[in-house]
Amino acid sequence: MADFSLSRAIRWDTVVGALLIVVLLLSFGTVDGFGNALNLSFLIGNTLPIAMIALPMTLLVVSGEIDLSVASTAGLSGAVMGALWNQGMTIETIIPICLVLGVVCGLINGLLVTRLGLPSLAVTIGTLAAYRGIAQIVLGSDAVTDFPTQYLDFAAGRIGDTFIPYAFLPFLVLLAIAVVALHATPFGRSIFATGASEEAARFAGIRVKRQKLILFTVTGLMASLTGIFWALHYASARYDNATGLELSVVAAVLLGGIDFDGGKGTLGGAIAGVFLLGALQNVMSLQDVSAQSQIVVTGVLLVLSVLGPRVARQISVARAGRRAASAPVSKAPSPAS
Amino acid sequence: MTHPSTTGPAPVLALRDISKSFGAVRALRDVSLELFPGEVHALAGENGAGKSTLIKTLAGVHRPDAGQVLLDGEPVVFHGPGDARDAGIAVIYQEPTLFPDLSIAENIFMSRRPRRALGRIDHRATHEATLALMQRLGVELDPDRPARGLSIADQQIVEIAKALSFDARVLIMDEPTAALTGSEVARLFGVVRTLREQGAAVLFISHRLEEIFQICKRVTTLRDGAWIASEPLDGMTEDDLVRRMVGRDLDELYPKQDVQPGEVALSVRRLTREGVFTDVSFDVRRGEIVGLAGLVGAGRTEVARAVFGIDRWDAGEVEVDGRKLTSGAPSTAMASGLALVPEDRRAQGLVMDMSIERNIGLTGLRTTVKAGLMDRGAERSRSLDWAVKLQVKYARIADTVNTLSGGNQQKVVLAKWLATGPRVLIVDEPTRGIDVGTKAEVHRLLSELAADGVAVLMISSDLPEILGMADRVLVMHEGRLTAEIPRSEATEETVMAAATGRAAA
Repeated sequence: MADFSLSRAIRWDTVVGALLIVVLLLSFGTVDGFGNALNLSFLIGNTLPIAMIALPMTLLVVSGEIDLSVASTAGLSGAVMGALWNQGMTIETIIPICLVLGVVCGLINGLLVTRLGLPSLAVTIGTLAAYRGIAQIVLGSDAVTDFPTQYLDFAAGRIGDTFIPYAFLPFLVLLAIAVVALHATPFGRSIFATGASEEAARFAGIRVKRQKLILFTVTGLMASLTGIFWALHYASARYDNATGLELSVVAAVLLGGIDFDGGKGTLGGAIAGVFLLGALQNVMSLQDVSAQSQIVVTGVLLVLSVLGPRVARQISVARAGRRAASAPVSKAPSPAS
Repeated sequence: MTHPSTTGPAPVLALRDISKSFGAVRALRDVSLELFPGEVHALAGENGAGKSTLIKTLAGVHRPDAGQVLLDGEPVVFHGPGDARDAGIAVIYQEPTLFPDLSIAENIFMSRRPRRALGRIDHRATHEATLALMQRLGVELDPDRPARGLSIADQQIVEIAKALSFDARVLIMDEPTAALTGSEVARLFGVVRTLREQGAAVLFISHRLEEIFQICKRVTTLRDGAWIASEPLDGMTEDDLVRRMVGRDLDELYPKQDVQPGEVALSVRRLTREGVFTDVSFDVRRGEIVGLAGLVGAGRTEVARAVFGIDRWDAGEVEVDGRKLTSGAPSTAMASGLALVPEDRRAQGLVMDMSIERNIGLTGLRTTVKAGLMDRGAERSRSLDWAVKLQVKYARIADTVNTLSGGNQQKVVLAKWLATGPRVLIVDEPTRGIDVGTKAEVHRLLSELAADGVAVLMISSDLPEILGMADRVLVMHEGRLTAEIPRSEATEETVMAAATGRAAA
């Protein structure tokens, strides 16, 4: 799908994809309880929130920005959903309200970054705290669990006896949209250009600020949708839902070969990174690896993911050099003598 | 000062049959060079001829695969830039890298500052040593002034002073004049002459041939990594030198065609950006090449940026073919048929990590589209078409532009904008830092575009280029348009007089 020009180099997104397949095959063979449909549906269901936010996050990071407030937006969205449900509103009214709220959260981030020229890292660390704080004000320490059964069933259930959760199907649609948007539209092309050189993008007539505002807004929208899914999937709306999820998303996206400096990466790689992390966590849980150790493994993977693409690039550069050096070259006569 | 000759004094630095390859690319093949004390020696060659590799070999950045570097007749091996510096070799780059928050004196004596008892830094001694260096160079710069805000010319002086503080005997100046104005070049040459009289050897690189003839005694020419000749400049003409560099006779450098100007295509009225430029009005007609001259900092680039919409303007208006443009909106400027080839091709003109194909494609994001999706085939053929038309030299269209030489990068920028079919083309320093062969090609191209009815506004600090190419010359001084000079009356004197504010036109 995506062929940005790291031609002939070993492409990191391919490496991650291959690694995902290897991990899956090994786990099928060696880990008890991994291969059954129920476990696989859990794996996918638990990974979906990360995957959903990873879609817009990938676009954002490629454009050279980042949003760390996504988990707080998701938490806020869930908290508002719980509070309004307690007020007796119908879920069909609540969900659009929450989505609009997510759009507003994203717009605030986007406006602070594009209008005031603040770095997105700083802005979204700030709103990370602010949105989570508002969530706590809205819902306090309540947990709302009595959402309508058909919604809970949709968010937690799977198609018959297969390993595919219902929610995976709409996700595939969103994935397809994101892949096309990033890799096949003029908008996606301008995202890559902006991430690689914002100034050159501006001089090519690309409306960089508008583009970034759109990306932050879509990210807020997706974060909010994820918050709704989270509350329904785990049948619990609490102010601290999805706490720390932003780090999992960023880790997975980086693991998938999205360059933190912007301008490089593919959505396929990012999603492979997401599910690689998800699969490893699932396997570790099945093997009774403690939660603390799981965090260590995630951390090590993150460092490797930053290192990996560089090493891959260097190997291919060195290879090209060797190939060239072994080519015969004729000795020219000395002009000085 | 002694006259350098092979039988006279020994060369302070010599290269013997140096070869260096990068992969399959033989950057240098058996290159020899001798530098004598008290000599300014030119290194000439087109982009890609091997000048940079040679400099980096002398500076200890690269180690030669074969051949010897001789210092005072003794073979030496530089394991790094530090070795070369300790041997008395200093390189002054085109764009110096000083620490902006440190003073001039601190930059010069970085990490080697005179100490007093208890290891305290002796500010007074640092200050005085710097003053002494400045006096040696014959320039007045306040040692305590921070480097931030110094002009490139002043920064180079600081670098030269730094080199002297290391007792450098060999100074390598890599295109030092590329970003300097006429008077700054004159001052730099004064400094170079002072150094020469004090017995230093200077290796001087410039794409401006007249400068080579002005300041250098001998010239060594490289072509495609090979040594072509080392010879005195006395008795040589610019044409002789160009022939050595390109290996053939060059087409005319300024192939300006006579064109009858048509109707007004670009009209700028009372344009003002507060504190930057004021009340700028001019027209450019179809078929015309209008030169915009002035000193660096006079506001020429800023006017171009505002017209194209990169920066906002505070007052005035801009019309392209009678349609008013919005302030601060490059996309509407583009849609109206305006194109800007910016001054800094690496930062502004190109996305360096992107392919040639995609860089040219960036201006076609609205046109090479089918049903909302990128039309890859159309994008590729549009890019290929223009890359071929402008004779860009590349291996594959999917290669990133940072693999290209400077001249070819500039052609990609031109291709990117010509592909939009502009009615008005603004070019800012279109030939800065590119070799003489490519320069002639760019000039021919601009001339053809004008003949085809494009209105061209050409900003340039290269006065011969302005005089050779422009139908009319506009001159800016301190943010204002101070003169409009027709081709027949434009000379170095009239343009420089207006640029320095000495004469009101």
